[in-house]
Amino acid sequence: MLKQTEGSKAVAEAIALCRPEVICAYPISPQTHIVEALGEMVKAGELTPCEFINVESEFAAMSVAIGSSAAGARSYTATASQGLLFMVEAVYNAAGLGLPIVMTVANRAIGAPINIWNDHSDSLSQRDSGWMQLFAETNQEAVDLHIQAFRLAEELSMPIMVCMDGFILTHAFERVDIPSQEQVDAYLPPFEPRQVLDPAEPMSIGAMVGPEAFMEVKYLAHAKQMQAIELIPKLADEFKNIFGRDSGGLIRTYQIEYAETVVIAMGSILGTIKDVVDEMRAEGHKIGVLGIISFRPFPLEQVRAALIKSKRFIVLEKSLAVGMGGIVATNVRMAVTGSGLRGFTAIAGLGGRAIPKSSLHKLFRQAEQEELEPVTFVDLDWAAVNKQLEREKQTRRSGPIAENMLHDKGIVGVSAKFG
Amino acid sequence: MSFQPVKFYQTGTLTVGNRLLAQDERSVQANQMRSNSINSGHRACQGCGEALGARYAIDAAMAESNGQLIAANATGCLEVFSTPYPESSWQLPWIHSLFGNAPAVATGIAAAMKVKGRNDVRVVAQGGDGGTTDIGFGCLSGMFERNDDVLYICYDNQGYMNTGVQRSSATPPAARTATTMPVGPEPGNVFGQGKNVPEIAMAHNIPYVATATVADLRDLEYKVRKAMQMRGARYIQIFVPCPLGWGAASHDTIRLARLAKETGMFPVFEAEHGEVTSVLKIRNKVAVEEYLKPQKRFAHLFGKHAHPETVARLQAIADRNIRKYKLLPEGEN
Repeated sequence: MLKQTEGSKAVAEAIALCRPEVICAYPISPQTHIVEALGEMVKAGELTPCEFINVESEFAAMSVAIGSSAAGARSYTATASQGLLFMVEAVYNAAGLGLPIVMTVANRAIGAPINIWNDHSDSLSQRDSGWMQLFAETNQEAVDLHIQAFRLAEELSMPIMVCMDGFILTHAFERVDIPSQEQVDAYLPPFEPRQVLDPAEPMSIGAMVGPEAFMEVKYLAHAKQMQAIELIPKLADEFKNIFGRDSGGLIRTYQIEYAETVVIAMGSILGTIKDVVDEMRAEGHKIGVLGIISFRPFPLEQVRAALIKSKRFIVLEKSLAVGMGGIVATNVRMAVTGSGLRGFTAIAGLGGRAIPKSSLHKLFRQAEQEELEPVTFVDLDWAAVNKQLEREKQTRRSGPIAENMLHDKGIVGVSAKFG
Repeated sequence: MSFQPVKFYQTGTLTVGNRLLAQDERSVQANQMRSNSINSGHRACQGCGEALGARYAIDAAMAESNGQLIAANATGCLEVFSTPYPESSWQLPWIHSLFGNAPAVATGIAAAMKVKGRNDVRVVAQGGDGGTTDIGFGCLSGMFERNDDVLYICYDNQGYMNTGVQRSSATPPAARTATTMPVGPEPGNVFGQGKNVPEIAMAHNIPYVATATVADLRDLEYKVRKAMQMRGARYIQIFVPCPLGWGAASHDTIRLARLAKETGMFPVFEAEHGEVTSVLKIRNKVAVEEYLKPQKRFAHLFGKHAHPETVARLQAIADRNIRKYKLLPEGEN
């Protein structure tokens, strides 16, 4: 059913259609509207049987989900940013135990400085945790990926994050097609766990494993994600058969035929990128787009195949591997090893910094001309950065960096307190 | 415990044989059909109080739940000595997740059972004092506050024994641990710190809080069974001496547990909805020295460089417990 609705509300409805049995809720912006809506549905008796648990932290949220999933209940939670980091120990544990928990990550920057706006630093920090990560471009895709996520997680018995850009998607009102319960039931069978805490068949879950078997257990987590490379496109096909929509898959290309330059990105920024590429195409530029939906598993072969006929690529990513450059870009470079393709990394939009079309036009043109440094920081205020670097040379007690930036950029009315 | 009028015909001691009790009053451990939930062959040290406490507690919980029990276990000695795959001792469904999340994992299991309509399946969570009073405390308090249907059992051996005997918030003052060494003018653990988790649990107004020791195993069984007859969040802290961590003889585990209770160092009581409902009275009051001296962790308080004033401060703690919980028989408090 078509609806004009908020992204979070749409995702909450999609989750409810998936018949979760245990939902753990802890508030953190910008995911909070999702669990609020689910809480209301459970309390109103619209989503039943389901236990909605207001936990005391994200660490507890994931831990409760570990317990409920291990006891055979379909389990869901949502988080973002600091919340994801606060639950990290349990995030790794859920993957290590092979529990098919589904979690929405409303992608948000990580402090300090504390910042509630969107970038991809949070979930990308968990890229090696064993969780799969799917990135939604639109709210429609967020809805659809959640439904696919339960199938994927439960078939492989591995947890999955569905990542959607905080505020840009979670708080955007737009038209979304909410599937019917019959469609979802036809797509998603009841949860049949591979391992379950059951007094009728007692087993120990999570006991210590020494060097004699640990590597094999870890390899099997990798093997599961390799299976996911096969499974994700199949689940997207099956989804299309039932729901009549192309949604999900590993990657999605746009205007990539005969493209000499390919822009690679994840999430909602793909919309802006496509607009820019349309405009550049109209001017005769040979430029195309590669959207990565599945960041984990990372579809190395598919990315390589999509890029191999081009001459160069630029990865526009909302994340930063401090001390190195790009996170997504590193993965892409792995995919094109030995191909001779020129690759550029552009770090953009950190902490919700707007990524305007004008900046992308300039960036993509520079990429076409191969005039970029290997790593470019889009719309970085070099004057402010250099002023702070100079200040630190001159003054030992140079003060809090973040406050100095705001002074130097003229956002705070008076000049910097320190030098 | 629910005192039945038992006549001590035999020896005049404070013990009574099961033979003198009716079948349904006999201990769980005396029953050949007990669940043996933590099987023999595990790797606990000789004289481990925690292994003994866990055996009695879980078998009692199994008896009370007709074998429909699931356990969540925090990281710690109990988890390590009972499990390494493929040698698990556990004869019930058992999960270990992390050091600090056993109460939350148990909440999740209880929620799953509720949603599946399995009200017959009960849930226990268990951990040592480090996993309970320190790193797992946030999750524990959350579980209490929501009144989740979980019995949490803390095996209190007063330190991080699994990692090599470091101080926890349950370590008593003056005790030597690897992080509170007996050096300097105030050797051992400091006074004025530490957490009384049974009292904090009571402050959550949960249905049931109790303490017990491995010296009174009938009392321990009774408290576990009573807790299992209730719903909601319940907490039992069991005093379990650690021969290795305390520098005590393996054969002194029961004696030290009894002395902790008889000195007043470890008050044994039960509370319902935040109010103390019963205490296990001291039978033969003894001075704290008798409890402290067999333990090398307190050795620096005695001998050539003795600290009698520190011993006096520990005695004051015991005396305060005795007053507060009215631990002496009527008329002696």
